[in-house]
Amino acid sequence: MFKKTYDWIDERLNVTPLWRDVADHDVPAHVNPANQMSAFIYCFGGLTFLIVVTQILSGMFLAMYYVPDLYNAYTSVQYITKEVLLGNVVRGMHFWGASLVIIMMFLHMLRVFFTGSYKAPRDLNWVVGVLIFMVVMVFGFTGYLLPWDQKAYWATAVGTNIANTVPIIGPYVRTLLVGGDTLGAVTLTRFFAIHVFFLPAALLVLLGLHFLMIRKQGIAGPL
Amino acid sequence: MGVSVSYTDKQKGLTRRQFLTYALGGTGAFMAVAAVGPLIPFAVDPLTRGTTETFSTVGTESEFNTSYPLAKDFTLKQKDGWIQVDNTYTAFIIKQQDGTYLAMSNICTHLGCAVSQQLGSDGKPTAFSNGIWFQCPCHGSQFSLTGVQTPVSPAQRPLDIFLTKVDSTGQVLVGSKKHQRTV
Repeated sequence: MFKKTYDWIDERLNVTPLWRDVADHDVPAHVNPANQMSAFIYCFGGLTFLIVVTQILSGMFLAMYYVPDLYNAYTSVQYITKEVLLGNVVRGMHFWGASLVIIMMFLHMLRVFFTGSYKAPRDLNWVVGVLIFMVVMVFGFTGYLLPWDQKAYWATAVGTNIANTVPIIGPYVRTLLVGGDTLGAVTLTRFFAIHVFFLPAALLVLLGLHFLMIRKQGIAGPL
Repeated sequence: MGVSVSYTDKQKGLTRRQFLTYALGGTGAFMAVAAVGPLIPFAVDPLTRGTTETFSTVGTESEFNTSYPLAKDFTLKQKDGWIQVDNTYTAFIIKQQDGTYLAMSNICTHLGCAVSQQLGSDGKPTAFSNGIWFQCPCHGSQFSLTGVQTPVSPAQRPLDIFLTKVDSTGQVLVGSKKHQRTV
């Protein structure tokens, strides 16, 4: 059935070359865990991406119930956690996944560093990787406020006060982050907007570049 | 490097390529289900919540009779996601010939004003005239004892009704949702 449907579409649109271009590529022997188990460290990048995908999915679903508003944010999160079917699981996926993305991304970075894969001509891709790292850290910072509980509120108070200590531009950065003088309604809505609209857009573009470059340049040679 | 494969004699069992395809597909499917599995119940959660119709006590059976409708205020808790609100309604309640109760909303079915009753000198509701029991102050809709609009009323349907029931101790209860009648 599946094969017939695929053939029917392929007959008309000739889609096979499209995905074959993406899927068919040589996996060098030194990155294949089947040859040498220690090559599993080359999987860290892909695993980071896998977790990013689950973050996007669980985040989309959490947005079905979450409200970024002073009066409703906390109660809507409590509703998700305590009342919605498997709500604690979906929230848990997003909560634990957030830490896992950062851990996996860091391990991936260490692998690239210690195998020297960042060297020219792949140095540009390292730069894009560092940008992704920054985007993910901002993801963590903005997402931390959204449950709107004491921990979220005071962590953001500390974070924005740290921004305040930057010489000269600090106070302006803090005002922009907080959206005014008081950490409150406007802070929550802007952190939400950054977390669910701006950062995913930036992340997808950067990931696209990251993957395009590694495909174009190929995986770095063995040590 | 040509390896000639004869398609005429069927190979026994799985080929290496088939096995790897199934193993890869199976692992991929398992991972996809693990990730997406909890999301589906999460999204269809509203289906697991039944009707939110709740009932509130408005009085004992002996309070009501078949000759005039009695105005009663009642409050019902409404649960809307994480929001709980107390809604206050007014209903005109009259006992019907078959012993059941008719609870009519006081909201005019024309444009939503509160219809009024007239109280007699004895403090009991009485008809205005000619079987008109309810009148709307806004555009003059008139309704009969059972809430049916007169032909000249701007209101196009009878007063909406609440579900009613009587519990084992003789208390009359009224439901939380208005239902339209089409007379």
